[in-house]
Amino acid sequence: MTIRVAESAQAPSFQKAALPLLEDAQLRRNVRHATDVIQLKRAQVVAETVDWQELRTTASDTKAHTLRYLDHYLLQFEKACTAAGGQVHWAADADDANRIVADLVRGYGGNEVIKIKTMTSDETGLNEALEHEGIRAHETDLAELIIQLGRDRPSHIVAPALHKNRSQVREIFRETMHLPDLGDRPEDLTAAARRYLREKFLRVKVGICGANFLVAETGSVCIVESEGNGRMCLTMPEVLISLAGIEKVIPSFQDLEVFLQLLPRSATGERMNPYNSLWTGVHANDGPKHFHVVLLDNGRTSVLADAEARQTLHCIRCAACLNACPVYRQTSGLAYGSSYSGPIGAIVTPQLLNMEHGQSLPYASSLCGACYEVCPVKIDIPEVLIHLRGRVVREQKSALDAEALAMKMAAAIFASRRRFEAAQRLGRLAQGPLVRKGWFGNLPGLLGNWTRVRDLRALPPQTFREWWKQRAKNAERSGHA
Amino acid sequence: MRVSLFITCYNDTLFPATGQAVVRLLERLGHTVDFNPEQTCCGQMHYNTGYQQEALPLLRRFVRIYRDAEAVCVPSSSCVAMMRDHYPKMAAEQNDAGLARAVDELLPRVYELTELLVHRFGLEDVGAYFPHRVTYHASCHSQRSLHLGDLPLRLLRKVRGIELVDLPNIDRCCGFGGTFAVKMGDVSAAMLAEKMRDVENTRAEVVTAVDNSCLMHIFGGLHRQRAGVETAHIAEILAATESDEVPA
Repeated sequence: MTIRVAESAQAPSFQKAALPLLEDAQLRRNVRHATDVIQLKRAQVVAETVDWQELRTTASDTKAHTLRYLDHYLLQFEKACTAAGGQVHWAADADDANRIVADLVRGYGGNEVIKIKTMTSDETGLNEALEHEGIRAHETDLAELIIQLGRDRPSHIVAPALHKNRSQVREIFRETMHLPDLGDRPEDLTAAARRYLREKFLRVKVGICGANFLVAETGSVCIVESEGNGRMCLTMPEVLISLAGIEKVIPSFQDLEVFLQLLPRSATGERMNPYNSLWTGVHANDGPKHFHVVLLDNGRTSVLADAEARQTLHCIRCAACLNACPVYRQTSGLAYGSSYSGPIGAIVTPQLLNMEHGQSLPYASSLCGACYEVCPVKIDIPEVLIHLRGRVVREQKSALDAEALAMKMAAAIFASRRRFEAAQRLGRLAQGPLVRKGWFGNLPGLLGNWTRVRDLRALPPQTFREWWKQRAKNAERSGHA
Repeated sequence: MRVSLFITCYNDTLFPATGQAVVRLLERLGHTVDFNPEQTCCGQMHYNTGYQQEALPLLRRFVRIYRDAEAVCVPSSSCVAMMRDHYPKMAAEQNDAGLARAVDELLPRVYELTELLVHRFGLEDVGAYFPHRVTYHASCHSQRSLHLGDLPLRLLRKVRGIELVDLPNIDRCCGFGGTFAVKMGDVSAAMLAEKMRDVENTRAEVVTAVDNSCLMHIFGGLHRQRAGVETAHIAEILAATESDEVPA
C-alpha cells in the first residue's frame, strides 16, 4: 500500500513555494479581498447563533465518539447502504480508489464523467488517473471549472479559484470556451459556464461526487452546495459514484441537525446552503439507477492511531481556518503543495503521508490560534502543529542538523545559571564585529532571515540580572553608610 | 505583597529596561520584588519548535524556583501561555504525580503583569503619566491563550496624558511566531508589512504590547523603514511618571 496525496511528493517546501506567490500582487490582493469578505459574513451569522459554542462542543464530541467506534459505524453504514440498493467499496489507498472508480466507469461503458467538487478526488488525483484510462472528467462546480479550464491548481478548500478575479476568469473562459466577445460581468461569466455545463449534465451518464456526511444509521449520503450543479450531478446520471474518506461517517440522521448549522455558517457565511442533498441507495424511476460508495483510507487509520493528532479527522472541510489564517492570507493555498491548504492542510497532509513529505508544513504557522478559534469542530490546530513539529524533530531530523545542534546547545545553556550568564556575557563580546552604531548588520545563517527584513538592536551593555545585582550592591553600600 | 519576578530569558538579555520598569512600578505600588537569579527560560522556544524533550528540564527548573512563591509576575503573555497551555500536559506525561501536583498548585499563582495588576491587585489606575499618542497591539497569546481581553487597555486608559488610538485589525497576528520569524522569514515579513500599515495608519508615536517578542519584530520592521515610530512594553508606560518627563 502506498499512501499518496496528489502533488505532495514533488512539492517544494512551504517557504520555497511561498516566494513567487508573495511577489504576485494580483493574487495577494484577490486573496485578501476574498477572505475578508467571507470572514465578515461568517462573523455575522455566527454572532446571531446563540448556542454556537454548544454546537461546536457537540460536534466535536460526536466526531470523537464516531472515530472511537469507527469500525462499528462504517460497517453499519455499509449494511444500511447496501440494504437500500447501494454498493460499498473499500479503498486502502489513493491508487486503489482510482482503480475502483475507473473500473466502475468502464464497467458501465462510460468514457466521460461529470463531477461535483470533491476534495477527496483531488487527494487521490482521480482526474489524472481517469484521463490515463481514457476517461474524461468534467468539473461542474464553477470554481473547479475555472481551475480545470485554466489548468491551474486549487488555492482554497471551499473556493478553489479564490486567487482569481473576474477579469482573469473572463480570459480563461474566452480562450477555452471560444467566446471572443464574452463580457466580464458576473452574469456574463455564469451564463457562459451554465451553457457550457448544461450540455454535459444532459449527456454524461456517470456522476462522481464526494460526501460531506455519511449517515451510518440510514446509509445516506449528504452533500451541501451552492450552485445546483451538485443537484444536477446527483439526479441526472444513470450511475453515481461517491468517493468519501472513512472519517466522513456520523452515527445518526439526528446528528445532521448540528453539522448542518455549523458547516454553512463556517464555510460561506450562509445560514443554510442553497442546496442540501440527501439520498439513500437507489429508487425506481427516481435518480441514478446504480449507486456506489468508495470508502477511502489513504493514511487515515494511521492518523487515528496517534492519540494526540486524531482530532485532525474531525474536520468537515469548511475552510474557516484558511480564511482566518494570517499565513494563508499572504500565500494562498498554492504554497501548501496539496489541495488541503491552510492550517488544516498543514496538519492533514503531513499526517496522511506519515510525515514522509511535507515536513515544512507543520512550521507554516505562527501558532497565533486564529484557526482554533473559528474551527466549528474545535480542532486545536496549534496543538497538533506543535505535536507534528515534535515528530519532525524526532523522526526526520539528523542529530547533526544545524538547528538540532543549536537547540541542544541552547538547552544546555538554559539548564544552568552559570552557563546562561556566561552566554549573555559572551554574546555581548562576540557581537562586536557584527554591530555598527548600536545595530546589528546582516547576521549569518538562519538569523540572516531576521536581519534581511528587520533591524535588530545590539545587545544592551547590561542585562537585567546584572542591573539587579548592582542595585542590591548599591543599596547595601548606602545602607552601611 | 512579595512578588517573585520571572523576567524571561529574552527580556533579561535584550530588554533590561522592561524588567527595570516592572520593578519600579511594583515597588511604587508598595510591593516587594524578589528576583531569583537561578531562573533562565520557560522552555517555549524548544517546545514550540518541536524539541519538547529539551523543554522539560526548564519546567522542572521553574517549579523548583517558584513553588513557594506568593505570586509570580511574568511580563510576557507568551511565556505564561507556555506554562498554562503546556506545563500540565508535560508534567502528566512524566508519570510523576509530585511534579503534576506541583504544577497544578503553582500555576494559579503565576500572573502575566496586567493580570497581576488588575485581577490580583484590583488596580486600573497605577498613577502613570505618559504624554504620547499610543496604540496597543494585542499579541496572539494574550488574546487567545490568556484571554486578557481589554485588561491592558483598561490600565492604559487610566494613564495621564496618554492619547490612546485603536489599532485596526487588532486580532491579527504580527507575524513574529518565535522561530517562525526566521524559518519562514519571507511570509513573516509579509505579515509584518500588513501590521506596519495598520500601525502607521493610527499615526501613533508608540506601539505597546504585553510581549516584547512581537514588539522586537514590529520595531525591527518600523526601524528598517525609518518610520519614526517607537515601541515600548506596557510596563514601561505604566512605570512612567511626571518626574520622568522633566528634562534633566
